[in-house]
Amino acid sequence: MIDAQDSSPGGSAMSRRGFLDILLGGGAVALLGAIAYPLIRFVIPPKNPEAAATQVVAGTVGELAPNTGKIFRFGKDPAILILTSTGQYRAFTAICTHLDCTVQYRGDLEQIWCACHNGHYDLNGKNVSGPPPAPLAPYTVTVRGDQIIVSKA
Amino acid sequence: MTGESFRISLSAWLDRRIGLSTIKSLAAHKQVPIHRHSVWYYLGGMTLFCFLVQIVTGIFLLLYYRPTAEAAFESVEFIMTEVRFGWLVRSIHSWSANLMLFFAFVHMFSVFFLRAYRKPRELTWVSGALLLFLALGFGFSGYLLPWNQLALFATKVGTDILGQIPLIGHWLLTVARGGDDVTGATLTRFFGIHVAVLPMIATFFLFSHLALVQKEGMSLPIGEEFQNARTMPFVPNFALRDLVGWTLALGTLVLLASLFPWELGVKADPMASAPAGIRPEWYFCFMFQTLKYIPGRVFFIPGELLGIIGFSLGGLALILVPFLDRRAAREERNKLFTAIGWVVLAYMAVFTVLAYVA
Repeated sequence: MIDAQDSSPGGSAMSRRGFLDILLGGGAVALLGAIAYPLIRFVIPPKNPEAAATQVVAGTVGELAPNTGKIFRFGKDPAILILTSTGQYRAFTAICTHLDCTVQYRGDLEQIWCACHNGHYDLNGKNVSGPPPAPLAPYTVTVRGDQIIVSKA
Repeated sequence: MTGESFRISLSAWLDRRIGLSTIKSLAAHKQVPIHRHSVWYYLGGMTLFCFLVQIVTGIFLLLYYRPTAEAAFESVEFIMTEVRFGWLVRSIHSWSANLMLFFAFVHMFSVFFLRAYRKPRELTWVSGALLLFLALGFGFSGYLLPWNQLALFATKVGTDILGQIPLIGHWLLTVARGGDDVTGATLTRFFGIHVAVLPMIATFFLFSHLALVQKEGMSLPIGEEFQNARTMPFVPNFALRDLVGWTLALGTLVLLASLFPWELGVKADPMASAPAGIRPEWYFCFMFQTLKYIPGRVFFIPGELLGIIGFSLGGLALILVPFLDRRAAREERNKLFTAIGWVVLAYMAVFTVLAYVA
């Protein structure tokens, strides 16, 4: 009965109240959206374009004793350079594949080790025990003069 | 005007404006039951006391702390070495944070075992569980602020766990860190969360929690009848006992802060390896130790994901305890829930100890 009273002459089923409810509700949603959108975009940090490094000098020949390693900066991330006990240079990303900690070389185990959750990787970067789910990405090492150059494989 | 007549007219003035007599009669009627488990009634108040200490010492620390990667460590060092009583204020802040978490856990387990969450106090429990999560959030965000090596890796691990969540994980991680990595942007963000966002949310839930406790009064263990129970007035008997407890807690805090000043560690270096023996604060240790034992993959599911799913479900179950325990709602004892409580407590205790000795 109320509908019959309120319905427009055109015969539409929508009452005046229903129409106003939709208008008001839609307006409120649009207003909230207009407030929320810039705030959400504000919270997401802008991309910081940093030239991705493809090659860096990781150190000099003679700097590392056999069966030791060191952390060096590759672009914005840490990487690890190892001189094996057999005299080979190896380089990998130093970011543990488990939960983002920075790994270190353990001469006593001849393994790469993450102190955070006791993850172990062998000298090929393969995850051999503990929680890491994937191997460490390897880099290519070349010796040029007395410089040790590490580049993305 | 004599002192007495001034007191009466001031009291009438206030009564007309803020309803003083209503507050007085509420206070006069509040009773606390006396039985062999009454001692647990003090734990919530102890947690509250530590929280108040956190607010006061936190505001003092704000006078000197600087939330940037370049200056944070140095500003805490300055507080510890140059500012008069800075070492005391900062150490009390750290110790009180730990005691607050400790009391919150004891409070939660005592409420659990006494079934104080049962009808009609379900929402009191829910608000309490949310306050516990907020307290953990305070601990996690505050831990990064001195910008030392341990904090850097704790934050890397903690936020990387967020990144493991399917679909929205990377987005959450970026928002939490203020970028892809833990940097000065993360520090500034955590500072804002620690001193503004969490206090605002915690204040809301704290007042809700206290208002609900006020509304329903103290819960009695199942089997105790309120009519038969001996009681004591909240004002002044229980309140004065509370005050004795708070004074002891303050003494303990000062003693701990003086004898064992909180360490500062070494400044965070994003290019250094995680130091051996690294572990989070004790209240995260049971989760930390569990993550150590979960292998990289379990039936093709990444181990970390399995861990985070498990802990999320655990947290959800904690919130829903009053709705899961249907027997307590009917004032019946529930041996299953008691057993679950002891298993959870034993698991947390054993894994926390393992994190320190294993």
